[in-house]
Amino acid sequence: MKETQTINNNSKSTETTERISGSEAVIKCLLAEGVSTLYGYPGGAIMPVYDELYKYQDKIHHVLTRHEQGAAHAAQGYARISGKVGVAMATSGPGATNLITGIADAQIDSTPLVCITGQVGSHLLGSDAFQETDIVGISTPVTKWNCQITEASQIPGAIAKAFYIARSGRPGPVLIDITKNAQFEEFDFKYEKCKGVRSYKPVPKTDETALKAAAELINSAKKPLIVWGQGVILGKAEEEFKAVIEKTGIPSAWTILGASAIPTSHPLNVGMVGMHGNYAPNILTNQCDVLIAIGMRFDDRVTGNLETYAKQAKIIHFEIDPAEIDKNVKTHIAVLGDSKDSLKKLLPLLKSNSHADWHQKFKDLYQIEYNKVIKNDLHPTKDGLTMGEVLKEINIQTEGKAAIVSDVGQHQMIACRYAEFNISKSNITSGGLGTMGFALPAAIGAKMAAPDREVIMIAGDGGYQMNIQELATIFQQKVPVKIVVLNNEFLGMVRQWQQLFFDKRYASTEMVNPDFVTIAKGYHIDAKKVSNRQNLKVAIKEMIECEGPYFLEVRVEKEDNVFPMIPTGASVSDIRLE
Amino acid sequence: MSTENKQFTVSVYTENNIGLLNRISAIFQRRHINIESLNTSPSEIESVSRFTIVVNITESQMKKIIGQIEKQVEVIKAFYHTEDEIIYQESCLFKIKSELLFDERQIQNIIKDSNARIVTVNKQFFVLEKSGRKEEIDLLYRELNVFGIMQFTRSGRVAVTKDEMKISTLLKAFQE
Ligand SMILES: Cc1ncc(C[n+]2csc(CCOP(=O)(O)OP(=O)(O)O)c2C)c(N)n1
Repeated sequence: MKETQTINNNSKSTETTERISGSEAVIKCLLAEGVSTLYGYPGGAIMPVYDELYKYQDKIHHVLTRHEQGAAHAAQGYARISGKVGVAMATSGPGATNLITGIADAQIDSTPLVCITGQVGSHLLGSDAFQETDIVGISTPVTKWNCQITEASQIPGAIAKAFYIARSGRPGPVLIDITKNAQFEEFDFKYEKCKGVRSYKPVPKTDETALKAAAELINSAKKPLIVWGQGVILGKAEEEFKAVIEKTGIPSAWTILGASAIPTSHPLNVGMVGMHGNYAPNILTNQCDVLIAIGMRFDDRVTGNLETYAKQAKIIHFEIDPAEIDKNVKTHIAVLGDSKDSLKKLLPLLKSNSHADWHQKFKDLYQIEYNKVIKNDLHPTKDGLTMGEVLKEINIQTEGKAAIVSDVGQHQMIACRYAEFNISKSNITSGGLGTMGFALPAAIGAKMAAPDREVIMIAGDGGYQMNIQELATIFQQKVPVKIVVLNNEFLGMVRQWQQLFFDKRYASTEMVNPDFVTIAKGYHIDAKKVSNRQNLKVAIKEMIECEGPYFLEVRVEKEDNVFPMIPTGASVSDIRLE
Repeated sequence: MSTENKQFTVSVYTENNIGLLNRISAIFQRRHINIESLNTSPSEIESVSRFTIVVNITESQMKKIIGQIEKQVEVIKAFYHTEDEIIYQESCLFKIKSELLFDERQIQNIIKDSNARIVTVNKQFFVLEKSGRKEEIDLLYRELNVFGIMQFTRSGRVAVTKDEMKISTLLKAFQE
């Protein structure tokens, strides 16, 4: 490493540049952005960067996952629990394409990721060289931004821009593809953080007039309902949000990604909206007079049939992304801007209220849901274990302080419905993409980003096996995650649909599974299986008390269904309890 | 809002960037929308490119797509216009056998009446250029096709708006 000094004559400042390789520059850029951990997998086209990772291993921790998809999801888990940018790295060709599912997941769930891929030398681009793939082309529709670097000197600028774009405004994944020659090339390195991109305005200005109009409408509402989403968490607006709902007394419901922004037990929290959400907020969506959406995007799993969604209500939408306004639901008042800022400015304009009669409706409907569904889920009288009682036991034993990383399927819906959250950013799950295989690697990233927190992964026997190879990462890195598989020997959620809508034709949903305990033990992870109620409490206790990673398989009822349920295409108020 | 398809011309001001064409066309492709014509060129502002895209969709679709286009990091601003809000032209070239120019008197009249311009003539062929509205070009094509056309090509639409688009002001605002 050669140090050169360039004296800038115009100002008195002295800038230091050093002559280093592109690959060393990559590491220095990551360090300058505060990256201490990244997830990846090496291969030919990214080897120069790995060579530098070797040299810098005391400063930056590279976690070798067992599949690039695992690396992407681990980086997501890291980002989701910490609010920081997750970083994933892979080689060209198959390494890069294996990242795609994680990138698409991060795009739809607004998770800040920087993915760095190696690429064949620039003289080989377009020649169908070994492991050449057009990853910039492939990733374009699923990234917030991406670019290809063919010269070392472009590396600092591109990485600075990548981090800025990934974390600012509505966060999202970015990908930088670096040709091998650019990794080898030497240049005069200097790093400057990106402070702005000319064509990109991450946060639209809050329109005070819209804000005032929104406040007036909220103040005059008789039956207002708030539905909040991840925007509250991403905007770090939890406190401002709580202040707004506590002042106005408005019943507040959440989307899956909004969960945990305020404690589950908060008296104004009326539960989850959407397909498997709670009865009251779904039914009352179609009775409220003002619907206040905060940092959510009216996903079809939330709205059901749009033709019959909250037609009676005036709709206010607080949102950072202008493209979301009127995308699915026509709003009466759109308040663009950052959630923290908007809610802070909104608060003094709001009148105190309690909406006691209106709350009573939620309580009455909750009672109906409790009697028909919740009671049987949490306090079953039948022999077989329910997924719900496992969640209930986890709540009790972790005092609602755990971060729950769920996979996709019935167990996910149960986890979201019944997990008790007291800390924000605790519900880590694949919402928009519904990616089976997300949970195990995401839990690794989450635990590494928040080592002091209890991180409990919950998966079905199907999704668990989609990235089961990451048990090796857990073993090698000694990540003390708690792995719970709710085994119903079915692809449960699909089976439920087959039962309800395809006359019980269980096409390819029955699973013959391996001995999961033996497999976990093969990775030197303590493991246990529990099949009956008497042993559940002790088994969960043992799991939580274990200092290292732990695997717990719970045999649950094979053919339980998740209710309530809004069938696809039905109205939110046609939600079924059975 | 009307649910009928209408012809819209989209103007997109962008940073000049590799891959942006892909990003923008993907927005249409993902929604299964056919692009009728597309043109990219420099704009009135140095280092800023301009895309002109013609599509037939509903206005509500159009608005959402503008939102998605503007969301792209390197897009400065996108607008959509109806036919009466713009002045537009397309350009086309015809390659035709030279002998026809002399044998078919009618062709010379067609050229004169249509305001087309002869770009070059040699022994084998001549090349005719015509700029104008789509219908004018269609008409000329039909008239010449009777005699035989060796090659024909037509450009995407280029358009300027009657109203101002204030890109320079916007660019300044971005930098604030
Ligand atoms: C990668 C991927 N493939 C397929 C699906 C479709 N899918 C949704 S839920 C589900 C079943 C999940 O089964 P399991 O993991 O056992 O969980 P359970 O529903 O039984 O709790 C399937 C196949 C998906 N979401 N993701």
